[in-house]
Amino acid sequence: MNYLRLFWVFVRLGVLNELAYRANFYIQCLQSLMSLGIGLAGIAVVFAHTPALGGWQPAELVALLGVYQLMGGLIGALIQPSMERFMEDVRRGTLDFTLTKPADAQVLVSMGEVRVWKLVDVGLGLTVLAAALLQLGMALGASQALGFGLTLLAGAAIVYSFWLILATLSFWFVRVENILIIFQGVYEAGRWPVGMYPRWLQVGLTALVPVAFAVTVPAEAVVGRLSREMLGLAFGLALGLLGGSRWFWRCGVKRYSGASA
Amino acid sequence: MKGLADIYATLFRTEAAVQLQYRAALVIWLIGLVVQPVVYLVVWLTVAKAQGGQVGGFASGDLAAYYIALMVINHLTFTWIMFEFEYRVRSGSFSPLLLQPLHPIHTDITVNIAYKVLTSVITLPAALLLAWLFEPRFNLHPWSLAALVPALLLAFALRFLVEWCLALSAFWTTRVGALNQFYFAALLFLSGRMAPLELMPGWVQTLAALLPFRWMLAFPVELAMGRLNPEQTAQGLAVQGLWVGASLGLMALVWRRGLRQYGAVGA
Repeated sequence: MNYLRLFWVFVRLGVLNELAYRANFYIQCLQSLMSLGIGLAGIAVVFAHTPALGGWQPAELVALLGVYQLMGGLIGALIQPSMERFMEDVRRGTLDFTLTKPADAQVLVSMGEVRVWKLVDVGLGLTVLAAALLQLGMALGASQALGFGLTLLAGAAIVYSFWLILATLSFWFVRVENILIIFQGVYEAGRWPVGMYPRWLQVGLTALVPVAFAVTVPAEAVVGRLSREMLGLAFGLALGLLGGSRWFWRCGVKRYSGASA
Repeated sequence: MKGLADIYATLFRTEAAVQLQYRAALVIWLIGLVVQPVVYLVVWLTVAKAQGGQVGGFASGDLAAYYIALMVINHLTFTWIMFEFEYRVRSGSFSPLLLQPLHPIHTDITVNIAYKVLTSVITLPAALLLAWLFEPRFNLHPWSLAALVPALLLAFALRFLVEWCLALSAFWTTRVGALNQFYFAALLFLSGRMAPLELMPGWVQTLAALLPFRWMLAFPVELAMGRLNPEQTAQGLAVQGLWVGASLGLMALVWRRGLRQYGAVGA
């Protein structure tokens, strides 16, 4: 309960910070629309040559794109800024201030920064998703909506743990901010259904960088292709990774000596 | 001229030593460069398979050759200068560079080349690995290989100059993110990164050929996979030369105007 209140404080802080730069909101809108336009144009080019891609209809791929944008917004607003800030804190030794606070350091680090304007991507993603479902002529049943919500939650938890593990590496290797580039580069692969890729890449996109669980699995849930086993797997992996990243974080903090001290 | 060559050699040695310190970072950058071509290669292979083995005159071996050549040539010609420049102007760290009795573009070029030389240790094996996985079909002739050398150099020069001009926009606005994104979107569709230009609608092909984009990437890639005849190649090299000349002029103009604009934030 206490942590929820803390989270709310950080969100308010983020809003206040960003309200000072209102022009950024319009720039963010422009950038989000552009990224969506790139995705839609890509789909249009591909479907000019074929009626279906790896068993996915055009409208289903648009739904996938909506989920991609939505998840990208969540990562960009909540996960990535905090992790970047944390890595910077380790490098400069300012993590001392976080560690001495009387709350769990992992929680503090994970909420360190909220970029509210990025939530534009979430709204845009939901809009695209709704439009695609309309196009498919599908009424979203209660079980599908539930499956979507659950897989989205599991996907977000998996991505968060993945980021935390990578960011924790900065206790050992100082210059890891480049890891950001791996994630962005590989996350782009999520614009297309992971099942389409050759075996070795599927393994990479599922196990090494969790793009499959972040985007493809929730999209499968929403268009009604998700099997019960997959849902179970997503949840099992989410719980396992949350535990694992917590353990790894503790190992990392033990190593921290404070660059300024 | 000898002076400049000496400067380049020295800058190259120091820069290579600096970058070698961060070997892991070098590898990480590469992952992003490899993933994108592979993604689009797989997309088009899937389409080709659904269409009975071919899409718009590209069989699966041609697609593999196209994207492997694209990966290598994109790696050789890409720059990250627009991100660097924004930081330089915003933090004011550009000021000391201006005090040096050397145009900053020379430093930027050597930094870029040092990076390319160091990372070729990884790009070439990566290309071989992809060749083993996807079985490309290259259709090479001695003359096309000979023409590839100037085509690559011109593509590198063109891309470097255009992206340097783009980076200079940081002099006028300290928020260049949206502009960069717009440029990268144009590059994705018009330079043949998303799909070979032949698979694009006609008006996109025309636009790509009228603007510099085709000549930055798609042209050397098509040459490297052996899809162009001698006449098209000679024409392409001439257009590349014209664009390099035009962008040199543009760069000189923007640089002069931009310097007057530079406010040295943080100074």
